[in-house]
Amino acid sequence: MGDDDGLDDDLHARLKGYEGRPSTVAGAGRDPVNAPMIRHWCEVLGDTNPAYTGPGATAPPTMLQAWIMAGLSPHTGRARPYEELLALLDEAGCTSIVATDCEQEYLRPLRPGDEVTYDSVIESVSPRKTTKLGTGYFVTTRTDVRVGPDLVGTHRFRVLKYAPARRPAKPPERRPRPVVNRDNAGFWEGVRDHRLLLQRCADCAGLRFPWLPGCADCGCPDWDTVDACGEGTVFSYVVLHHPPFPAFEPPYAIGLVELAEGVRMVSNVVGVPYDKVRIGMPVRLEFRRYDDELVLPVFKGVTA
Amino acid sequence: MNVGDALPPLEIEVTRTLIVAGALASRDYQDVHHDPEAARRKGSPDIFMNILTTNGLVGRYLTDHFGPTAVLRKVAVRLGAPNYPGDTLVLRGRVEAVDGETAVVRVTGDNGIGRHVSGTVTVTVPAGGAR
Repeated sequence: MGDDDGLDDDLHARLKGYEGRPSTVAGAGRDPVNAPMIRHWCEVLGDTNPAYTGPGATAPPTMLQAWIMAGLSPHTGRARPYEELLALLDEAGCTSIVATDCEQEYLRPLRPGDEVTYDSVIESVSPRKTTKLGTGYFVTTRTDVRVGPDLVGTHRFRVLKYAPARRPAKPPERRPRPVVNRDNAGFWEGVRDHRLLLQRCADCAGLRFPWLPGCADCGCPDWDTVDACGEGTVFSYVVLHHPPFPAFEPPYAIGLVELAEGVRMVSNVVGVPYDKVRIGMPVRLEFRRYDDELVLPVFKGVTA
Repeated sequence: MNVGDALPPLEIEVTRTLIVAGALASRDYQDVHHDPEAARRKGSPDIFMNILTTNGLVGRYLTDHFGPTAVLRKVAVRLGAPNYPGDTLVLRGRVEAVDGETAVVRVTGDNGIGRHVSGTVTVTVPAGGAR
């Protein structure tokens, strides 16, 4: 966190004017100190201290603030200066709040049945600070908590009232990159030029796909390529509903497409609803750009 | 109870449940303690533990160690790295000063991203009450 250009921060000067002024006058706890709230607290925090149960139980001292929380109800006793201070901060875009410091002193234990009242004062407002969460002001209040006329605890509380830092929008997920190696580099070069290249054995002239270093039929390592004409049919297919992978939006159809040349390849079947893809459906090759680096061959369903 | 005594560390699993239940048990309905979307809009990657829960855990750490006769006099904490779901908080303490039956214990709590809490607790332990 760091000081901003606090020198010409007019807002800070105005906020500072509220130091020493009340933030709560004659606030009252929503409920008397009570065993159920104590029990819930202990249950959540895993606190098994026997002092907090049974006859003569006291409340965990650290619950002090819990007894004066407004919850979802309007604050009781909130003083005008504090409302004004918060409104000034809200207007300046400091709409979010997070607590940073809490200092409590416990003068005597609270027991079920105690009815607490409280008064608070605005102790200080910091110069403008920039934190990971955003830029804003630390506001410190001090609260005196009483039962009847007796001071039972004090509670100093510091909050950061801040304008949330803008988080950069998550970049869209990208499809996985193909693994390009010496054996298949020619295929991907072809795709870049919008050509679907099949390998042809130099010896037996068999066509093959995917690309391999040698002929699986005759073993010959030499080959050349032919361009697929782009016509084919759905030999088989699946529709993926789940799980969703980044950059893919289920449901979508994946076809095993038999090309007119006789070899088969796997790719998306596009241009028809996923549930209209059928075995035997004619498809036509097209090249689809997915991002600034990735172009893939896909097959568009040809409907009658 | 002597100056320099270290308290055994206490590990707390910071579950989403603990964060939400702690916020509710302390009547803290700030959305950043239960609503991940709202937390993100406010610059936080996820919901995070509220200060009252941390305060309560620090109090529990001290009374767990010093026993049910120990009386907390003062708890002062400062929060740093937030407690997000899935993390583990490790509380540690060391006696910094002793005056008769009253001790000041320096407490720290670290999580996977840094120092979540640091502070001091003043506690009175009647003679014979300390372990």
